[in-house]
Amino acid sequence: MKRRGLRKFKNILFLVLSLVATMTGLVCLAAILWTLLSRGLAGMSWHMFTQMTPPPGSQGGLLNAIYGSAVMTLLGILIGSPIGVLAGTYLAEYGRKSHLSTIIRFINDVLLSAPSIIIGLFVYEIVVVRMGHFSAIAGALALAILAIPVTLRTTEDMLNLVPTGMKDSSAALGAYPWRTMLSVLYPAARSGIVTGLLLAIARISGETAPLLFTALNNQFWSQNLNAPMANLPVVIFQFALSPYKDWQNLAWAGALIITVTILVLSISARVILAMMQTSRGSGR
Amino acid sequence: MAIIDPRHAAKQLIYERVFRAATLCAALLVLLILGGVAVSLLRGAWPAVSHFGFSFVTREIWNPVTDEYGALAPIYGTVVTSVIAMLLAVPAGFGIALFLTELCPPLLKRPIGVAVELLAAVPSIIFGIWGLFVLAPMLQRHTQPWLIEHVGSLSFVGGLFKGPPFGIGILTAGAVLAIMVLPFIAATLRDVFDTVPPMLKESGYGLGATTWEVMWNVVVPHSRVGIVGGIMLGLGRALGETMAVTFVIGNAHRISSSLLAPGTTISSAIANEFTEAVGDLYTSSLIALGLLLFLITFTVIAAAQAMLRRLERRGGSVA
Repeated sequence: MKRRGLRKFKNILFLVLSLVATMTGLVCLAAILWTLLSRGLAGMSWHMFTQMTPPPGSQGGLLNAIYGSAVMTLLGILIGSPIGVLAGTYLAEYGRKSHLSTIIRFINDVLLSAPSIIIGLFVYEIVVVRMGHFSAIAGALALAILAIPVTLRTTEDMLNLVPTGMKDSSAALGAYPWRTMLSVLYPAARSGIVTGLLLAIARISGETAPLLFTALNNQFWSQNLNAPMANLPVVIFQFALSPYKDWQNLAWAGALIITVTILVLSISARVILAMMQTSRGSGR
Repeated sequence: MAIIDPRHAAKQLIYERVFRAATLCAALLVLLILGGVAVSLLRGAWPAVSHFGFSFVTREIWNPVTDEYGALAPIYGTVVTSVIAMLLAVPAGFGIALFLTELCPPLLKRPIGVAVELLAAVPSIIFGIWGLFVLAPMLQRHTQPWLIEHVGSLSFVGGLFKGPPFGIGILTAGAVLAIMVLPFIAATLRDVFDTVPPMLKESGYGLGATTWEVMWNVVVPHSRVGIVGGIMLGLGRALGETMAVTFVIGNAHRISSSLLAPGTTISSAIANEFTEAVGDLYTSSLIALGLLLFLITFTVIAAAQAMLRRLERRGGSVA
């Protein structure tokens, strides 16, 4: 009887501990979001979207940083995602079981969680040093390298989800694999691949470390891809660590803008995926 | 009778070859990137490596004025902050995964799971700014004085909690890292636990085992490889994390016996000093730090992936 009591006690103890752990995690999430909302909204105004980053002590906004972030993220996706999608196609179609694919799959998963600052150093070495100056194009390249593993992984997974019957029917009609890919498999896996793109955008739009020594920063409005360009993460980094109150407020507003963007992207990726699963589950 | 135009067929074949070559090139590019990273870091680090030799990793000195650099302090900071993060995050992550797989009412399972995953998507700079403005002052005002007063006077571990409460420092960096990798570890462990066949768990319950006993004696042994893999993946993140740490570490190139003192890590040293580094040896020493980080994280992540793969081959699949 005593032993049974002990077992029960141990059970309850650990279950309570796991409940406490979950509550702690959720409280941390709530605390971070709360601070972000209250301090970000306090500094938020229309100036954020209409004015440039100011010198300390004067009023300003984040327009150049938002523009720079958008441009570099977009360029990064435009360069990185086609490579990711094509490589994912190779893994799912042509090299399904070859040794090369196993190695590439492994390396890709390593790249997926490799520290982004290393990618920044890499691009610094091969682009910034060669060109002799920091530039937006170097920043976009660093982001592109970070986008490749995400899109590759989702593309391969999503292509593998397409029923083989569809592929076989296309092949039976005499279509070459490339034709099957473009006309059957890509359309069938479209929402999945779009999900991958959204996740990749979410991943790279908040990256700071790889931009620090590629795109650097720029206090002024600049559309020149061949020159340093302002971007939200680096502005947040510099302004938050500054002693000026109005810079810190701008940093919080920027942090809120980035987080909301990323959460919206991640949530829509999830919604698309869920819609895909229900439409498949209902026997299409 | 349909007639196949031979020119059309030939064209199709060319398209096919082009498409296939394009996909192959893209796939090979992934290998090329990793190789390129290794080669460019080696080349950039070469001046420092050849100048300092092996003593680069054993010396604590970091002096831009006399142009002498050693990586011991950043290595120490990287390892210690990651260890603190893992000590805090692994038990908590295990608890959350246990809660999600065994305890959670089905109605809450998805919302909480999604919340945990969304927390993992929040960029690290947000954790950094939050750590600097919210967590560090809180630790400075409440936790650290308490630690100094109560734990600092103990004979054995006391030395770790001596000195003034700065707020920022090694301990705070470890705490921010812990909060950052927690959702990541929790989500991976949950996926690992989900690979355990329900039949095994039900057999345990059928024998009269309690929830905890099923967890500890059935689920954990069955998914041991995956658990270690998931934890190491989290460790890889913690080791290489830059922004969250840079805000709260204090950037002091020295090794203090106290965890409350400011320190530095490999990634935060690079982030802080790289654009301001003047002189080839300085820049090269920072790239050498990057090379070290690359080697450490590559080993940890590769080992973690290998373990998760072993689990995958055995049946379940882990994202």
